[in-house]
Amino acid sequence: MMATIGVLALQGAVREHIRSIEACGAHAVEIKRTEQLDTIDGLILPGGESTTMRRLIDSYGFFDAIQEFGEKGKPIFGTCAGLILMANEIENQDQAHLGLMDMKVARNAFGRQVASFEAELAITDVAEDFNAVFIRAPYIVETGSDVHVLARYNERIVAAQQGHYICTAFHPELTDDNRFIAYFVAMVEQSIQTLAS
Amino acid sequence: MTNTGTERVKRGMAEMQKGGVIMDVVNAEQAKIAEAAGAVAVMALERVPSDIRAAGGVARMADPTITEEVLNAVSIPVMAKARIGHIVEARVLEAMGVDYIDESEVLTPADDIFHLNKSDYTVPFVCGCRNLGEAARRIGEGASMLRTKGEPGTGNIVEAVRHMREVQSEIRKLTAMSRDEVMTFAKEIGAPFELLIQIREEGRLPVVNFAAGGIATPSDAALMMELGADGVFVGSGIFKSDNPEKFAKAIVEATTHFQDYKLISELSKGLGTAMKGLEMSTIAAHDRMQDRSE
Repeated sequence: MMATIGVLALQGAVREHIRSIEACGAHAVEIKRTEQLDTIDGLILPGGESTTMRRLIDSYGFFDAIQEFGEKGKPIFGTCAGLILMANEIENQDQAHLGLMDMKVARNAFGRQVASFEAELAITDVAEDFNAVFIRAPYIVETGSDVHVLARYNERIVAAQQGHYICTAFHPELTDDNRFIAYFVAMVEQSIQTLAS
Repeated sequence: MTNTGTERVKRGMAEMQKGGVIMDVVNAEQAKIAEAAGAVAVMALERVPSDIRAAGGVARMADPTITEEVLNAVSIPVMAKARIGHIVEARVLEAMGVDYIDESEVLTPADDIFHLNKSDYTVPFVCGCRNLGEAARRIGEGASMLRTKGEPGTGNIVEAVRHMREVQSEIRKLTAMSRDEVMTFAKEIGAPFELLIQIREEGRLPVVNFAAGGIATPSDAALMMELGADGVFVGSGIFKSDNPEKFAKAIVEATTHFQDYKLISELSKGLGTAMKGLEMSTIAAHDRMQDRSE
């Protein structure tokens, strides 16, 4: 059965994620309303501005809806701003957002835009030579014991997984290398089978 | 191997702003209001366009004190304007750590023949365009993001609509052309041939194109999204309105849900008066900012 993956379409790099999901052979949907969450098997929180997305998440009732979606065991993948939204602790900020993953993150941790960069990364179970695009990127400062680190750049954690939740500080959707998205699509396909049985 | 300032990183930064609103601000307080309202970035300025228009004289890069104040006030990206062709203003803004530079016709051009060679810089640039030729020339010079010029500081949407429609319509024409027609089209509109070939293949510009210049209400923002804008810049519209905070939030939501008309009607209630606005025929030819560069 073909997996249907939604991309939260409140703001950010929605189009690129849709393209890469489709390139991986799954069905992609833009999610603008909470009721659409019932129609999808997995969700991507795309790159963009986390403060903007959080405001829109609150305005349209997505906060509880996304948490409930995750509690059903359905996979969620957060890219850059999405990673920040998923963390349960944010450096120098009193409140975290969705708190789906047990990790502490730092925003704009590599510096301002002039410090944004591309670098080749080894990602566990995904690729040895992944060209990762970091844009005003965050990184993960600390992880809980259930969080599995997938990639580091200069000792900083830049990709991680905790059960059916996964996140990257970089933007796999900005290149034609679809291996990371394919990894997520496989997670979603796996979960469809698990949840059905 | 780590590479900064690549085309992908510069264009990618603008991709992350899609579906969002970039707001003009003149101090830290306004920047914080914009951030809290859900702006994806702020443009730090000494004066908003309508005040530049009213003040007359030569408009230059803002006092670095203001830019720095805004940089320190918010965690969202900060943009700032340099005069067209002003290499040093652009380098100063880059050195200050500004996230995006607007090589802008709102300021008085420093060079009336050449634009900046934006490929030389690590910081990305946004430039204005009125048509596909202008858009392609700016991309050729290294712009990583485009916006319509509109007519800044007027609160009148008509020019931004004209520019967005013009770009879209020329792209549609281009995609229907046979390859052997493209060179003549390139000559006519003064655009780099190879870039037009690429746009023809992909059916769209290789960088995002926001709407700017005259957006004064939530419906204006939604209209520009409907016409194919990737996001919107709101200049004078917000902080010249009666209730900037409410206005800013309403414009952000209308941009996200630009086809939800019931929502837009709710958002538009009780916003108070929008900025007064100017009718185009009342603006003398030499006061039209959009004609300042090609």
